[in-house]
Amino acid sequence: MYNFNYHRPLSVDEAVALAGGAPEGRLLAGGQTLIPTLKQRLANPTDLIDLGEIAELKQLSTEADGGTLVVGAMCSHASVAASDMVRAAIPALAHLADGIGDAQVRNLGTIGGSIANNDPAADYPAALVGLGASVRSNHREIAAEEFFTGMFETALEPAEVISSVAFPVPSKAGYAKFANPASRYAIVGVFVSQGGDGVRVAVTGAGPSVFRVPAMEQALASNFSADALEGIAVDAGALNADLHASAEYRAHLVGVMAKRAVAAAG
Amino acid sequence: MPTVSMTVNGSHVTKEVEGRTLLVDFLRQQLSLTGTHVGCDTSQCGACVVHLNGKSVKSCTLLACQAEGAEVTTIEGLASDGELHPMQAAFKEHHALQCGFCTPGMIMSAVDLLQNNASPSETEIREWLEGNFCRCTGYHNIVKAVQAASQGS
Amino acid sequence: MPEGTGIGAAVRRKEDQRFITGKGRYTDDIDRPGQVYAHFLRSPHAHATVKSIDSSAAEACPGVIAVFTGKDMEADGVGSLPCGWTVTDKHGEPHKAPPHFPLVRDKVRYVGDHVAMVIAETLAQAVDAAERIEVDYEELPANVDGTKAPDSGTPQVHEEAPANLCYDWELGDQAAVDAAIAGAHHVTKVKLVNNRLIPNAIEPRAAIGEYDSGTDSYTLYSTSQNPHLLRLILCAFVLGLPETKVRVIAPDVGGGFGSKIYCYAEETACTWAARKVERPVKWTAARSESFLADAHGRDHVTHAELAMDENGKFLAMKVETNANLGAYLSNFATCVPTYLYATLLAGQYTTPVIYCNVKAVFTNTAPVDAYRGAGRPEATYVVERLVERAAREMGIDPAELRKRNFVPDDAFPYQTPVALTYDSGQYGLAMDEALKLADYAGYAARKQDSQSRGKLRGIGFSAYIEACGIAPSAVVGSLGAGVGLWESACVRFNATGTVSVFTGSHSHGQGHETTFSQLVSDTLGIPLENVEIVHGDTGAIPMGMGTYGSRSLAVGGSAISKACDKIIEKGKQIAAHLMEASVDDVEFEAGNFVVKGTDKSKAMGEVAFAAYVPHNYPEDLEPGLEENAFYDPANFTYPAGTHIAEVEIDPDTGVTEIVNWVAVDDFGKVVNPMIVEGQVHGGIAQGVGQALLEGCVYDPGSGQLITGSYMDYTMPRAGDLPSFKVGMTETPCPHNPLGVKGCGEAGAIAAPAALMNAITDALGVEIDMPANAEKVWRAAQSQRAAAE
Repeated sequence: MYNFNYHRPLSVDEAVALAGGAPEGRLLAGGQTLIPTLKQRLANPTDLIDLGEIAELKQLSTEADGGTLVVGAMCSHASVAASDMVRAAIPALAHLADGIGDAQVRNLGTIGGSIANNDPAADYPAALVGLGASVRSNHREIAAEEFFTGMFETALEPAEVISSVAFPVPSKAGYAKFANPASRYAIVGVFVSQGGDGVRVAVTGAGPSVFRVPAMEQALASNFSADALEGIAVDAGALNADLHASAEYRAHLVGVMAKRAVAAAG
Repeated sequence: MPTVSMTVNGSHVTKEVEGRTLLVDFLRQQLSLTGTHVGCDTSQCGACVVHLNGKSVKSCTLLACQAEGAEVTTIEGLASDGELHPMQAAFKEHHALQCGFCTPGMIMSAVDLLQNNASPSETEIREWLEGNFCRCTGYHNIVKAVQAASQGS
Repeated sequence: MPEGTGIGAAVRRKEDQRFITGKGRYTDDIDRPGQVYAHFLRSPHAHATVKSIDSSAAEACPGVIAVFTGKDMEADGVGSLPCGWTVTDKHGEPHKAPPHFPLVRDKVRYVGDHVAMVIAETLAQAVDAAERIEVDYEELPANVDGTKAPDSGTPQVHEEAPANLCYDWELGDQAAVDAAIAGAHHVTKVKLVNNRLIPNAIEPRAAIGEYDSGTDSYTLYSTSQNPHLLRLILCAFVLGLPETKVRVIAPDVGGGFGSKIYCYAEETACTWAARKVERPVKWTAARSESFLADAHGRDHVTHAELAMDENGKFLAMKVETNANLGAYLSNFATCVPTYLYATLLAGQYTTPVIYCNVKAVFTNTAPVDAYRGAGRPEATYVVERLVERAAREMGIDPAELRKRNFVPDDAFPYQTPVALTYDSGQYGLAMDEALKLADYAGYAARKQDSQSRGKLRGIGFSAYIEACGIAPSAVVGSLGAGVGLWESACVRFNATGTVSVFTGSHSHGQGHETTFSQLVSDTLGIPLENVEIVHGDTGAIPMGMGTYGSRSLAVGGSAISKACDKIIEKGKQIAAHLMEASVDDVEFEAGNFVVKGTDKSKAMGEVAFAAYVPHNYPEDLEPGLEENAFYDPANFTYPAGTHIAEVEIDPDTGVTEIVNWVAVDDFGKVVNPMIVEGQVHGGIAQGVGQALLEGCVYDPGSGQLITGSYMDYTMPRAGDLPSFKVGMTETPCPHNPLGVKGCGEAGAIAAPAALMNAITDALGVEIDMPANAEKVWRAAQSQRAAAE
């Protein structure tokens, strides 16, 4: 790891100022991706701004008479998984959080850190897009689909700090993941939901960034059951391929996981 | 260099560190607590698991500075007054260790499991231990030991 | 199971206290005064000429003490890391042995090869400085595929080895085998890949080299399975030092599985550099370095044939294997695909003629050497996949086919057609026990049930055999080994009746401190807690050969047993004197020396005290009660047994779940069944890892290691494995004093074939290891399509 200046601000404003003032500042959330990256010397920030002491980023709440669940950016995966509020509002989200990495990663890793990194195989992007969530930062609100712009890329500006994610509470939702046997990231993860906004099907792991599957959404809109997805194929052409799964296999798994997510949604 | 203060195994410590100093290196090199091990560089093997404010974390994936003000418990701090923690005793009773290298992290992780789930099923134990690699035991006796510890036997 | 602490009791381990409290002392836990840190600059290329190395910028970095390259070592006369086993090829020529320098001199030959060593005050400074070394490489085309290595046009790894061939070796009567195959009722043929594995002991390798100018002597702390062997290689072959001036300490070692047998570049360089910089030099591998540069295992591609008569009786077996040895020869690389492989191809069967040809080749990959099982898992995989396939083709139940061909119980000692003489065994008994434990009779109903849930179910057998207790020195010497494979022990009574036992074996998880204590306690009739086992320090123990090849109890334990016998004989002389009796009348019973037919008795402790306080002692008796023994086994031992795996496959995803695992093993006499079962569990897990999850992959074009971290190399986790049902049969080894055979490798040897036989049974299609989800899914799809 290259050395850096370490900062521990107590407010978002302070964090924004520190990030903006550093020659090459990086925000440190839970660190479960950033620290391994630094250890491999793949990044060389001058300053690391640790968001871990900013209490306002750790809030979990509901808004709009319970119609929206707001998860603070520094909420750990474990806290989301264990939250009664989350389990009551969107159990699929708690289930998703409970399947990220391993127990120790879930104790430190955060939703804000995960979505800011936008790893193509991360779980949370599927939930954000699959629920039509919006990302709130220190100065704006961004719809999930505009937030995730490409592989490891987001709409975040330099020194912009995510404060929370607002999830519309659906009538039903489910998440099914086929984990990479080695890394435990998603080879394919499919999040489905049915709510006021209609049906959403969002896929992570399979492509360069999270994407929706309109054909599945249409089929589920008229018949929200696993059987409705029978025969709907995803084009393997644009999907990822690696040692663990070819594009063709990933395309197949999108169909299988979508059905399982629908079944889990009940 | 930044100064960091925390409570480790009940003792208050304050030391100078580099920003990049990992908690595991702080524990091993500056506090000579070598029971916490390093088995990989990608945050997966779990040999380095300690408790941070009562929760299991990978100390290789946490800066010492991030533990400012925290309560840290390592394997050396688990036994009290010369009495083994029930999980330590169960690991010995059920032959849940061979080379012993993964053992401290495995025990610290298993202790955290029982804090969250007092009587886990075999499947729940196996799932929880996803973040801890053991190359010697095939996990069979580790699972038995955790079950035994959860049943207080 | 016997109560107490004697032989046969499941004594809880003495060593556990330190490990469960964080007080284990592994090499990286040790810091020496004035210690500095080494970091190795490794080759980013699979194959390149090193045109120049400019380390001036690195040398100017903060904290840097020295930067060394192969030229510095060459100037100091540092030699090549040797291969200690000469294999003579089928033309009578010795294997090709190109040099393997600790730091490269002119060429890099695999990604991770050692280019330079940076020594600095801190590790971070050493790593920082290594980035400033400028190496001018001229990249060369590379090859990582063993089967392509001999082809014309494939890049040459070494000038000394034309066609990249290390040796072309054979065993057995080819003409007889060809004739039997030509006249057979049926011939089953398979092509099998035995996938390359990366050992991954959870403790990474580490070393601290230290030099004392006052005594002109060196101390090396190292993660070694065999400190004396390491010292021998370092002194005699690489650094040219007298053994009197080098002490090697292997403290607590966190698993080895073979990978810590060898003398590597890093500990060699740390020892050498300690004198150059006059500071202790410490190096600890990052896991990513372990992936690149620990000796890998397996990597065979094999074509095999089994000829049968109409009743399924085996007539002949023919095996052609390509073995990828990597870029250089690790210390014992040559014997693994030959003498530890082809000699086991008879399996548990009476196959009358067998022929095996092995072409061992160099490629631009990490060196390959012994990894848990070493040659024997590869042999069992060939035999047991072939037999299972044969059963399917012949329409004979796979258990039945095996039984028809087992070496019968009354045929021992049994001479195989591939050089070995099996000492003892009851192969049918283990099979029958396993069938019961696995509820084989109920399998058809379980398969039905799986089908009704849309799942595919399969069952697979592996009736394995291994040659352990390595090894009779005369035998291995005649086959080219550069060392003898005896073991040593010293049993030293202290004046107050406690016993220190010094063993040449090394424990890195096997529980020797407990098992050996049980043995000594039981033999000498003293309490377990009075026995202390000392190992792992050439400054403390007699010259010993270390631990690998499931040898510690069979060879090392036998040495201890022999030393205990000598202690008893000496004790009888002392006791006879103390009791004024004739030595011939003194007997040793349960810790006491008694005079036959009298009530006269002296406890062992009293005799030990008299030995060290010889106030009233006869002239012809030496004081002291300490005996050394060296034990050289008369034969290998032959643990064997049957494993049965049962799987259920989800055809929609290709995920395989192991729903049942039965192991019935015959290890001869068992000293501590708890420890033995633990060894079986761990071995099975490694075998399951090979069959289902693990596989080292190099990019075929660039030679880059793709599975270079736990992000891509799939380690078996708790959730990947079931609990195991372990049973045992006991057919004592007839030629060692303990009747023991060895248990450390059995699981890893048996498991891959059992699991792959189960998976291919479920699928009805052959696939290679690792049977990852996509491979299994594709096979399931192809079957589904064929059925429609």
